[in-house]
Amino acid sequence: MNKSAVKKQHREPLFHIAKRDDLVWWKAWLIRLAAILLAMLLVGVISVILTKGNFFETYQIMFIGAFGRLGSSTRLLWKFFQKTAILLCLALAVTPAFKMRFWNCGAEGQALIGGLAAAFVMMKLGDQLPYPVLILIIVVASILAGAVWGTIPALFKAAYKTNETLFTLMMNYIAMQLVSYYAYVNAIPAGSGQIQSISTGHLPVIGNQPYLLNILVVAVITAFMLIYLKYSKHGYEISVVGESQNTARYIGINVKKVIIRTMMISGAICGVAGCLLVAGTDHSINANTVGGQGFTAIMVSWLGQFHPLIMVIMSALIVFLNSGAAKVADSYFLNSSYADIVVGIVILFVVGCEFFIRYTVKYRHLQRGKSA
Amino acid sequence: MPERAAIELKNITKTFGSVVANKNISLTANRGEILSILGENGSGKTTLMNMISGIYFPDEGQIFIDGEEAVIASPKDAFDYKIGMIHQHFKLVNVFSAAENIVLGLEEKGRYDIKAACARISEICGQYGFDLDPRKKVYTMSVSEKQTVEIIKVLYRGADILILDEPTAVLTPQESQKLFAVLRRMRDDGKAIIIITHKLHEVLSLSDRVSVLRKGAYVGTVKTAETSEAELTEMMVGKKVSLNINRSTPENPKPRLEVHHVNCTNREGALVLDDVSFTACSGEILGIAGIAGSGQRELLEVIAGLQKSDSGAVLYHNPKTGNVENLQNKTPLQIRELGVRLSFVPEDRLGMGLVGNMDIIDNMMLRSYRKGHSVFLERKAPKDLAEKIIADLEVVTPGATTPVRRLSGGNVQKVLVGREIAASPTVLMAAYPVRGLDINSSYTIYRLLNEQKERGVAVIFVGEDLDVLLELCDRILVIGSGKITGIVDGRTATKEQVGLLMTKSEGGEPNE
Repeated sequence: MNKSAVKKQHREPLFHIAKRDDLVWWKAWLIRLAAILLAMLLVGVISVILTKGNFFETYQIMFIGAFGRLGSSTRLLWKFFQKTAILLCLALAVTPAFKMRFWNCGAEGQALIGGLAAAFVMMKLGDQLPYPVLILIIVVASILAGAVWGTIPALFKAAYKTNETLFTLMMNYIAMQLVSYYAYVNAIPAGSGQIQSISTGHLPVIGNQPYLLNILVVAVITAFMLIYLKYSKHGYEISVVGESQNTARYIGINVKKVIIRTMMISGAICGVAGCLLVAGTDHSINANTVGGQGFTAIMVSWLGQFHPLIMVIMSALIVFLNSGAAKVADSYFLNSSYADIVVGIVILFVVGCEFFIRYTVKYRHLQRGKSA
Repeated sequence: MPERAAIELKNITKTFGSVVANKNISLTANRGEILSILGENGSGKTTLMNMISGIYFPDEGQIFIDGEEAVIASPKDAFDYKIGMIHQHFKLVNVFSAAENIVLGLEEKGRYDIKAACARISEICGQYGFDLDPRKKVYTMSVSEKQTVEIIKVLYRGADILILDEPTAVLTPQESQKLFAVLRRMRDDGKAIIIITHKLHEVLSLSDRVSVLRKGAYVGTVKTAETSEAELTEMMVGKKVSLNINRSTPENPKPRLEVHHVNCTNREGALVLDDVSFTACSGEILGIAGIAGSGQRELLEVIAGLQKSDSGAVLYHNPKTGNVENLQNKTPLQIRELGVRLSFVPEDRLGMGLVGNMDIIDNMMLRSYRKGHSVFLERKAPKDLAEKIIADLEVVTPGATTPVRRLSGGNVQKVLVGREIAASPTVLMAAYPVRGLDINSSYTIYRLLNEQKERGVAVIFVGEDLDVLLELCDRILVIGSGKITGIVDGRTATKEQVGLLMTKSEGGEPNE
């Protein structure tokens, strides 16, 4: 029959992709390191093309932009640690939710609401209470506000199975509008439309370094999260619920309770971040106080594979790239998209290399199909 | 007179890993006839048909279509050969209309013309006696309408070899009759029709010939007119195989678990358990036999507190205190807190019984992690238990810290059963505990269940292999379409007896 004669011969593919489970950990880390180095190399090449500058100078400017010049003041270095700490804090906050497969995209709003609560207490009670009591109330208020903001979507998820991604995202905008409104109405100085500086309720400064307290607090949260996720019963329940709700139900875990409790913790830590920003460093608040780091934190958490210690490295890397690239852009009169390009390239490589860690490409010899 | 073979399979073999799904199967389907492929679950019916429709590619063997060898590497190739398969689970886009679903994926030249498509669909409907509005959205359709869309979809593509995978599993008896009428009309139109089924009465009333598969192998083909229900049952379930399980007489059996008139409806509103009552006694193995999906899973889940029942009672006799507790509609945690030592080996091992990405130690902890008042986990005891189970049950694994998903099926099951038994249960339920396991692992599991029985545990064993059920169980409860169709003695019952009870379903008898 000519019908089958016309038919094209279906061939086996040249290669196929197979999963691999057996890669030793140091090889996996070598692949990741190689990916970052390759990405930085590409960043250098692209920078030279864009700036017509010197290849090595780009890196030098990056380092200066992120850490400051050797021998000069340590201000930039402290700033680097501060930014890393806040980003890490937010990433740590979303991680328990993510491990539970609850996509909390609302760190921005949860932190902002925490900050708003801090600002509110600072302004309303600042001159009426003794300092230690005031600080305590500020901290508790921020944590509570963040926790409430995080728990609302969890309640709806538990009761009505609403989509938490959309819900938490939308809550961000509500938080931003609330903050804008509050700042406008309670402007300092009055009528200026914004809060310039709140004079009372500043968190204590340790060792004359304005950022040291934040860094220490985040270090404690990192240790807490590491232990909480790996060694506590709660952390175990989070893992089981995330891996399989069926298994969780089978062994008698109250899935709804775990979802709500975990989001409460997630929101509470965001609230701490907001408190550190408003009462610790900024002493003011506006809709941009968190500055999108709540979203970057999602990326940090994923890049760090939900492991607090890897997340430390990843938040440092992203802060380094952001501030370094901003400096390069500044020096060569490029616009701010340059920093986005740099961060984008590095993340593409870091994420992309996971493919080579999880899969292996197997070639095979061409086999002719048996023909009649 | 040689009939015109539309499709001929020669020595088809397909393996998945170490599991042989199809072994050297040869059969033919002719034009103008309805061929039934009959076999128990796991006998390889669907795998075989998936190779004809291009979803799998055979490891060995050839497929001939109209006498010419065919290479079917994708569903598209199958369509080129005019083969259409109607899957058990519909593959339709819910928000599209019937017509949109039918033309979806067709690479026709020219403009997208839904009106012309509707006209052709109506024409096909008229020709074979379907009842379908092409503009109706799929999400508003009943199951039978969705199936009609699937059938028209393949007819629209010009299929003249139709494969239907358990088409009546989701239909009411009346809808089944309508479907059969349509199928007969298509047969008379000269199409080759293959239906996969395990319902004997349908086979007898509908098909012209029957090919029987058992455990992946081809048993034989008979003409429907020359066979009987008894012969088909024997072909399907096979001759008796001896397992040499040392079955002791239950010692001092006492009621441990009583199920009284339990009714249960699923999410779609269908009655999945219909007035189920039975008693499981201590020191005996109660087998549950039935065609897959007859309510076995729901029954165990109702007892374990994973599924709500509408009415009835599940009474547990506590051997220590003598108290009787009603477990109906309690959560698994509440059941545990009542002091009920209920262990459950669910059908879905990695999706329910274990967490695939966790290592053996953490999986051991699933049952015991709550112990103690500390907020921290205690990993010493689970580690010891993991190592004990690995040693005792000969689990093949690189170590106790290997994620269980990396273990083979038999070893996964040993880990799960080992953990459930380590909880020293008074009731042990196991759903298809040897499915997909090799002989040796299966024997380990049988031995473990038998040991539990001898220790005085009430064992409930849902199985699919009748030989095993008859050798292992003291009593066998047969379930069909959510109803208990009989309880027989495992020592005296015959395979045919159980097989007939399994296929007995009220209201489903076709009237010719």
